Amino acid sequence: MAKQFTPKIVTANDLFEGDVIYLTGEGGWSRDHRDALPLNSQDEADELLGVAQKQAARAVGPYLADVALDEHGKPHPAHFREAFRSRGPSNYFHGKQAV
Amino acid sequence: MYIYDDFDEGFVRERVRQFRGQIEQRISGALTEDEFKPLRLMNGLYLQLHAYMLRVAIPYGTLDSQKMRQLAYIADKWDKGYGHFTTRQNIQYNWPKLTDVGDILDALADVDMHAIQTSGNCVRNVTSDHFAGAAADEIEDPRPTAELIRQWSTDHPEFQFLPRKFKIAITGSPNDRAVTRAHDIGIRMVRNDAGEAGYEIIVGGGLGRTPMEGKVLREFLPKADLLPYLEAVLQTYNLAGRRDNKYKARIKILIHEGGLDDFRARTEQAFETIRKDFAGPSDELAANIARYFEPPEFNNVRSHGFEKALEANPAFRSFFETNVTEHRNPAYAIVTVSLKAHGATPGDATSDQMRTVADIAERYGHDEIRVSHEQNLILPHVRKADLPAVYALLVDAGLATANAGLLSDIIACPGMDYCALATARSIPVAQEIAQRFDELKLEHEIGPLKIKISGCINACGHHHVGHIGILGLDRAGVENYQITLGGDASEAFALGERVGPSFPADRIVPAIDTIVTTYLEIRESEEETFLETYRRTGSAPFKQALYPEENRHAA
Repeated sequence: MAKQFTPKIVTANDLFEGDVIYLTGEGGWSRDHRDALPLNSQDEADELLGVAQKQAARAVGPYLADVALDEHGKPHPAHFREAFRSRGPSNYFHGKQAV
Repeated sequence: MYIYDDFDEGFVRERVRQFRGQIEQRISGALTEDEFKPLRLMNGLYLQLHAYMLRVAIPYGTLDSQKMRQLAYIADKWDKGYGHFTTRQNIQYNWPKLTDVGDILDALADVDMHAIQTSGNCVRNVTSDHFAGAAADEIEDPRPTAELIRQWSTDHPEFQFLPRKFKIAITGSPNDRAVTRAHDIGIRMVRNDAGEAGYEIIVGGGLGRTPMEGKVLREFLPKADLLPYLEAVLQTYNLAGRRDNKYKARIKILIHEGGLDDFRARTEQAFETIRKDFAGPSDELAANIARYFEPPEFNNVRSHGFEKALEANPAFRSFFETNVTEHRNPAYAIVTVSLKAHGATPGDATSDQMRTVADIAERYGHDEIRVSHEQNLILPHVRKADLPAVYALLVDAGLATANAGLLSDIIACPGMDYCALATARSIPVAQEIAQRFDELKLEHEIGPLKIKISGCINACGHHHVGHIGILGLDRAGVENYQITLGGDASEAFALGERVGPSFPADRIVPAIDTIVTTYLEIRESEEETFLETYRRTGSAPFKQALYPEENRHAA
């Protein structure tokens, strides 16, 4: 049996602000991970990563991050590093959590 | 304080102008990110987890009030009102926007500062003893030498693309406060049998994934030979150092693999050639540099008010005992301004705190400020008579925590709260340890104890040389912390030894508690420090306390 595929999203950093952004279903970028398009197969993930890599005027260093989907199908970070990226630092109320 | 001449000023302004153009080209698409990244790194601009980060060089950790106020101004105008002082005596801004960086760099140039060579495979900011020019134990002020090395290494055409980054530290005192044995090159000022001042050159030290103690390459180097000799070391490394594997590219690996004798022979050979036609600095230049580091005009008038204040105010007395160090002039003292208030982020200072320190330095400290590699600020020249007034101002600014050298004076790298390389967080661990022991009110009883925390194996938090070192790791998607014991950053340099299996995040503070409690139980007297106890007993009693289950099974 093939290894189960973990759903993924495409994430990067914004060229101007440097903050974390996520590729949405409309091909644009959002600062909220819940807006990211969940990718349910490796082919789909590779394709969307390719799309993101062509958007160098906005996105720096796009890559695929593992997510878990909630009951509404919204993606949430699977790894603690991605959870921190989606929130901001723990020592100050700065970054996304403050928006 | 060194003041830029026309050459320095022109060079820095030109680099700002160039980098502004490069940012514009990146935004217009004329430069790809792959092309832009090395250019921004050459100007100290990193892209971290949540934002860009600008690392600003503070040469050998020396500032004055004007520079410090400008750092505060930058924090307010283009960042979030604070800055982070690092173990390399630099300052980092965690939230700059790409389009503001040109303005920030120009604001730095206004006060003779820049971010050049704070990243990349070049000679980085030269670090030094934060008590330089003030310490009672000093042979000679190391800062003129550090400035000479800064001028030689800045934009040195041969050494902009070394196999890997290169860090130099220098101390003028036998008591090593600059961790010279953990640098690519460590320089100690020494005297030879004839009484002449010169340098001991240590090479191949470093922490990171392969921690190594530096080895003595030259026991005594005459002062005049310093730059050609450093040039020979760098040239030898540049040619022979590995470029096939990033993790084996530091000079410590070259020396470890090829042997110290081989490296010394090659260096001495290169030195003979270089020395003959080395167009190094003239005596005039060296004398000019030295002029900028003349000691201030000390005011030796004593006052008895200071002794009275010590008797009258126990909090001031406690501060005096921990945060004030003997000065070479008996009427003066060195004040350590702790950036480690219990529960605060180690090394962070708000813009208001920066301005307070600048004001105090200007009024009471001969306008000198230092950044220590332990992430504190230093007022190197404070008249003892002025200590009560300085203390009162520090109290008002939340800067009078009496913990220098104690358990809560923790070094911590930014860790995964900011750093893209980190494998776990460092800051919350430091905060929790400091708060825990503040509640217990035990740290003065515990005495000298250095805890150092890194959020990955690159060891920016110097965990290998902490009396207690903590290394944050990602173990199967969970933050885990490995403990080392017995490290020592001083002249009695030692790398800590791993004590056993790592601890999950919710058990690391209790584990530190266990180690400290064990120490208090087994120390022979109140005078025996943690490190002395560890050296006497080894790790066995600590292992037993930390891993009772394993020890029972083993027994």
